Amino acid sequence: MSTFPWITVLTTTPVAGALLLLAVGSRSKNLTRWLALIFSLAALVFTLALWHRFDPTSGVMQFQEQHAWIPALNIDYHVGIDGLGLLMLLLSSIVVPIGMAASWKIEERVPLYFALMLLLQSCLFGAFTALNFVHWFTFWELSLIPAFFLIKLWGGPRRTPAATQFLVYTMVGSIAMLLGFIALYLGTGKFDFIELAQLAQSGHLMPAVITALGIHRFMPHHVALLIFAGVFLGFAVKVPLIPFHTWLPSTYSEAPTGTTIVLTGAMSKMGLYGFLRILLPIFAPQMQAVLTPLLWLAVATIVLSAYSALAQKDLKRIFAYSSINHLGYCLLGIFAMAKFTGGDISLTTQKFAAMSGVLWQMFNHGLTAATIFWFIAMLEARCGGVRGLNDFGGLRKVAPVFTGLMGIALFSSLGLPGLNGFIGEFLIFKGSFPLVTWATSLSVIGLLLTAVVILGILQRVFSGPLNERWTAFPDLTTGERLALAPAIALMFTLGLYPQLILGVVNSTVIQMVQQLKF
Amino acid sequence: MLAWTIYISFLGALALLLLPKASTTAARVLALLVAVAGFGIALNAFLTHRTGELITVARHPWIPALGIEYHLAADGISLCLILLTGIVAITGILFSWNIERRTKEFFAFYLLLIGSVYGVFLSYDLFLLFVFYEIVIIPKYFLIAIWGSTRREYGAMKLALYSFIGSAMVLIGLIAAYVVAGAKSMSLDALAGYPFPLHFQMFAFPLVFVGFAILAGLWPFHTWAPTGHVAAPTAASMLLAGVVMKLGAYGCLRVAMTLFPLGLSPWGFHVLGFGSWRDVFALLAIIGIVYGAMVALVQKDFKFVIGYSSVSHMGFILLGLMTLNQIGISGSVVQMFSHGILAGLLFAVVGRMVYDRTHTRELAALGPMNLNKAIPFAAVTFVLAGMASMGLPGFSGFVAELMILIGAWHAFPILAICTGLGIVVGVVYVWRAMQKAFFAEHALASSHSPLPPISIPERLGAVILLATSIAIGLYPQMLLKIITPALNSPLFEGIRKGGWN
Repeated sequence: MSTFPWITVLTTTPVAGALLLLAVGSRSKNLTRWLALIFSLAALVFTLALWHRFDPTSGVMQFQEQHAWIPALNIDYHVGIDGLGLLMLLLSSIVVPIGMAASWKIEERVPLYFALMLLLQSCLFGAFTALNFVHWFTFWELSLIPAFFLIKLWGGPRRTPAATQFLVYTMVGSIAMLLGFIALYLGTGKFDFIELAQLAQSGHLMPAVITALGIHRFMPHHVALLIFAGVFLGFAVKVPLIPFHTWLPSTYSEAPTGTTIVLTGAMSKMGLYGFLRILLPIFAPQMQAVLTPLLWLAVATIVLSAYSALAQKDLKRIFAYSSINHLGYCLLGIFAMAKFTGGDISLTTQKFAAMSGVLWQMFNHGLTAATIFWFIAMLEARCGGVRGLNDFGGLRKVAPVFTGLMGIALFSSLGLPGLNGFIGEFLIFKGSFPLVTWATSLSVIGLLLTAVVILGILQRVFSGPLNERWTAFPDLTTGERLALAPAIALMFTLGLYPQLILGVVNSTVIQMVQQLKF
Repeated sequence: MLAWTIYISFLGALALLLLPKASTTAARVLALLVAVAGFGIALNAFLTHRTGELITVARHPWIPALGIEYHLAADGISLCLILLTGIVAITGILFSWNIERRTKEFFAFYLLLIGSVYGVFLSYDLFLLFVFYEIVIIPKYFLIAIWGSTRREYGAMKLALYSFIGSAMVLIGLIAAYVVAGAKSMSLDALAGYPFPLHFQMFAFPLVFVGFAILAGLWPFHTWAPTGHVAAPTAASMLLAGVVMKLGAYGCLRVAMTLFPLGLSPWGFHVLGFGSWRDVFALLAIIGIVYGAMVALVQKDFKFVIGYSSVSHMGFILLGLMTLNQIGISGSVVQMFSHGILAGLLFAVVGRMVYDRTHTRELAALGPMNLNKAIPFAAVTFVLAGMASMGLPGFSGFVAELMILIGAWHAFPILAICTGLGIVVGVVYVWRAMQKAFFAEHALASSHSPLPPISIPERLGAVILLATSIAIGLYPQMLLKIITPALNSPLFEGIRKGGWN
């Protein structure tokens, strides 16, 4: 392996682009847009190069860089990726250019908008590669700032409350998480994820922490749970898990659609990434202790969000709830894996399937949701911001290509076999069913409701008599078709040849499942 | 060499008074040159400092009959604060470039204040330290009373009275210590090495600690701070929050805690759950953190928000000191530096960039001006400074608060969780002020005449302060590598013995 600092360079590329955009200023809006897109595509090329050099047969961290950063606190600058990290890097570098393409019509303060998008991308890269808590937390928190301003300055009519709600929710979660990690640090003197996970698996972590805290008035068991609760809250808000989700629908619907794409496509994965990288390896025994309530929450997330999507009339809100629903399956899979943490061989296959499904779903929900929101952005641009479910009708008559391609994305979201969305849900259900039968069975209701939601959209927006207002609805231009083609092609490719992604994460999945021994 | 930071500041003040009355530009440039020279000397000492070393700058007998010496020395902690003083001094002048009334007197008082602050941080003889500490009060009073704004006489007088009361408590404590130790020397080393009896330390410690902590904004003695900050002209509030409050915190650490470390040990009995002065002051510090943040949350005046935020942040410093462990105290010194930079920046935005242009500080009145479009530079600076101040990672405040939280968690786990509440409220009040002042998004009421653009000195000052905060945030080792060894020096042995880990 070369000593070239791949990950550092990758993370700083968008920052350099952002600075360039701000330096160029508002001379030409088109120049700014193209520059931003070029930088985000450069990051994509960079990630593909990383993929090319990545050794998929190894489940350990690759491209590691480690330097002393704050020796007084034993904090290192430590980055590296395994299959999970690489998958998330790929996802971020696909989603951000989509978000930019969907923001092409932004006319106000163009340089700032695209600079913030690039900064957000850097924060995503940073968060998906950091292996030290403080380093990771830096990116986790910094990502809020560009997101906040993207919503605040370019959002819809109720943007201010939405942006504030988004920020305050996430901050409260973050501070709870910070306190939890400080408690871990006190017991161990470590902030490194890998070292903490090793300590946790050897069973030395919590006793050390409890001794260091010296809280004798409480049961040690409860102290461990309290620490877990703090860290859990931070991630649960981000994913989100019902009942910590209330910030999400208003945020997604008020944010400019290009930003929503990045929020749902990549940023929501930061929470799931935390579940996989931090909660599962470090806190699995605590998860096990409160597994039943957690499973109830996951089931509630899946069913209630699908049910809420059914009741919504605004397309962006529908897909906001639908995002909660899709990520709920990932949480179900994660909690199911935590149920049996012993080395029981008979369960390994199930856990293996569930874990693969979770990773697959993370990537493909990102791809599909980003594409659907991209279509919504085009719809808004054509109809002057109208996006009510009942404001359309019969669009297939005037815009057959638009209908066809968006239909593919919608079916992918529904989980139709042959498209990318199916495999994730299938694997998660296959893996979880033997592990937590009742919860998985209840979750099926979510699948059915989602199907009703998606079919309802197809029917009300695209079929039926043509709404008189949209007789002049233009179909996709050639440029738009070309831009959409890779995303749609990817949906088919992954649906038919899942090995493309599963091959990347296979060794990592094995490694992660094997580490679940406590 | 370091002693010249004091001398050139005093000489500069003198030279300013000798300038002809009309030469305002010359006065500004001269003041700036003096501040830059002081900063240069401080930076040189900072860069050439070998870790753990105590630099003796000057040591001459002064009043031999009483054992009082003219003794200047610097360790890592003083160097950090001297560097801070240098940075804040330069930027304070940049942000008062527009002072037109009695310009040369303004800068003369300003340099006098800076010189005596350097003096406090460098003094190793307690008598000398006290002399400089008292000199600080005079220019502070006049800067506010002459060039101030809202209720300036009240603010200046309140500040002066609080300062004098604090000084009096310190003086009583120091004289008592001097007498008990045999009236031979006022040297910090000698007195810190003297084994004062436990019962003496038990009453001397709170006296001296509170005396200094009044200036550090310890709740409930903080009430001078918001009114003083609001009344003061921009540069004076920058100095007040940036370095003068640090004098108090520095005194707590350098004098009260080193002289009377046993004052922190348990009383041997419990009153209302408190077992020692340490518990009492830690609780007061946390009340300050949470109360300051809560009060900042409901202010209508932009400058009061920042004023109360200072109370909250100074609470972190005092909490860090009370942890009595290396991480907590180091974090506390980093927080002194960080808060000095950030409070300076926030006051500069509010006082200079916004108030001098809009002539109002009412958040409700600022909203309709659409300041984020009118003066975008101020908006961006405030957002970044606010983020740093709420302790976002990547900025200096995060490292400091993280270290203090870690330290506090060792010492007082339950109180540390309450501190988390203070941090959450901190996020909210910064965000509220930012929304109301810069991003209120009223319908374009552009009946106002366009505001003057942000000038070059203002931009320069803001960039210096922000860059410092980010540099410390990204590489805190810069400060920590000299702070930590300094805490391991013999001076702090008493604290170390009392439960260092």
